[in-house]
Amino acid sequence: MDLIRIRNVDKKYKNGVTAIYDLNLAIEKGAFVFVIGGSGSGKSTLIKMLYREEKPTKGQIIVGGLDVAKLRNKKVYKLRRKLGIVFQDYRLLPKLTVYENVAFAMEVIGAKKNEIRRKVLKALEDVGLKNKVHNYPDQLSGGEQQRVAIARAIVNNPKLLLCDEPTGNLDPEKSMEIMRVLEEINKSRGTTIIMATHDKDIVNKMKKQVVTLKDGHLVDFKRKGTYKNEVV
Amino acid sequence: MKLFRMLGRSIRDAFKSVIRNFSLSLASISCITITLIIVAVAIIASFNVQNFTKEIEKDLTIVVFLNNKANEEDIEKVEKKLKAIDNIESYDFQSKQEVKEQMQKESEIFNTVLDEWDDNESPLKDTFQVKVKNVEKIKATANKIKRMDQVSVVRYGEGMVDQLVNAFSSIQKVTYGIVIALVIVTIFLIINTIKLTISARKREISIMRLVGASNFTIKTPFIIEGMILGLLGSIIPIIFTTYGYLAFYKHFDGHLFSELIKLIKPEPFIYTTSLMIIGIGILVGMVGSASAVKKYLKI
Repeated sequence: MDLIRIRNVDKKYKNGVTAIYDLNLAIEKGAFVFVIGGSGSGKSTLIKMLYREEKPTKGQIIVGGLDVAKLRNKKVYKLRRKLGIVFQDYRLLPKLTVYENVAFAMEVIGAKKNEIRRKVLKALEDVGLKNKVHNYPDQLSGGEQQRVAIARAIVNNPKLLLCDEPTGNLDPEKSMEIMRVLEEINKSRGTTIIMATHDKDIVNKMKKQVVTLKDGHLVDFKRKGTYKNEVV
Repeated sequence: MKLFRMLGRSIRDAFKSVIRNFSLSLASISCITITLIIVAVAIIASFNVQNFTKEIEKDLTIVVFLNNKANEEDIEKVEKKLKAIDNIESYDFQSKQEVKEQMQKESEIFNTVLDEWDDNESPLKDTFQVKVKNVEKIKATANKIKRMDQVSVVRYGEGMVDQLVNAFSSIQKVTYGIVIALVIVTIFLIINTIKLTISARKREISIMRLVGASNFTIKTPFIIEGMILGLLGSIIPIIFTTYGYLAFYKHFDGHLFSELIKLIKPEPFIYTTSLMIIGIGILVGMVGSASAVKKYLKI
């Protein structure tokens, strides 16, 4: 079954730039999909539309049964609870500890304290940071901070994990660490992962599904794809 | 259960935020304090004006003198007509005899002078003392009575009463205006100060939105924070009104300038005023923070 269905989607920004032209795409449950393309190819816009930071100008996007384009601002939280989001810049709260940062995602949806404790510790274990629960983000390396962000994204057991250039600020070694964590989440939790990236090595090593975008057009959708140089 | 848990967390977060952003909180609190003091003064003034307008209105009467030769029948006719006038609340009739007795009681001189007249040549007149419902229409009512048969003179302390009533009603309108304007200004000031605390937490709000917090969940701690600021901001104004008004009342011995203008007794007036100030403070803090946070809920 498809977790995400995108039909005839156009996205035109208010400043007149069209980022996506007539996109059709279906992504099944449990998939691990890379979205690749150069800058300005529309990969960030695609991710943003999936969690409704941006609305499509035309067309339909269904995520886990929710019609994203029709979702009112007040109801956006219903979509966000179905998914986790990881950004290039981690977006952690500097005044909270690692534990509190991850727990934050559960507190705001009203979870019980003992449930929070159990799930937060499990998520931190999954990303390999169980020994750093009481540290603050500025005491961690970039890779570790990104792993905290991943733990926060998966702590509510979302069906879908969206990653917008999660390795963009990391060196190759740390990047591969992050990728191993993501792959493990994809396998053990069955979480569907969509990751926008322009890191050639990662895409080639992982051998996952690859959606290639160029100037807002879908040019390729392959299982076990690689990064083609001519695209970029 | 879930709602209580969320509410508990909101209250905890609100207190945390007040303490963490102490300097900004202090700015909001002192801004609320200053405006609430002015609001309190305006409230006290407006209620006192209202009070002594009412007191004076209570004492206001139209005195209707009938002609000397008016007989029983004429008196009854006048009484009937008085009954027909809408604006008249009540009236008292005093016959010549009663007026005479009352005057004789009041002074020795009157007593001897009045004794020399018998009823037929007495200069005294039968009178009606009329109380009106609406003092602002006292002039029209008096004129109506004047036009009746057998009515010789109508008195209601014309010039003075008119002026007083007009002055009081305009003072009241002005104080209401000041109170409303001040409340609005305070709301704007609070919106701005709370906006500062909120914009310092823009990141936190956007992360809350991203991890699936509903707008209600995001707003509640800020609204509670606004209420706390309003509550803290009303402490000094309440002390100020309570002790200030007590001292003021004592100093002027319960009335201003003349016996005519009575001040409201401090109890329970200061308590109701304090409650109003707390109410305004909390409301203003709430409205201010609710509208300040709105902007950040569109990410």
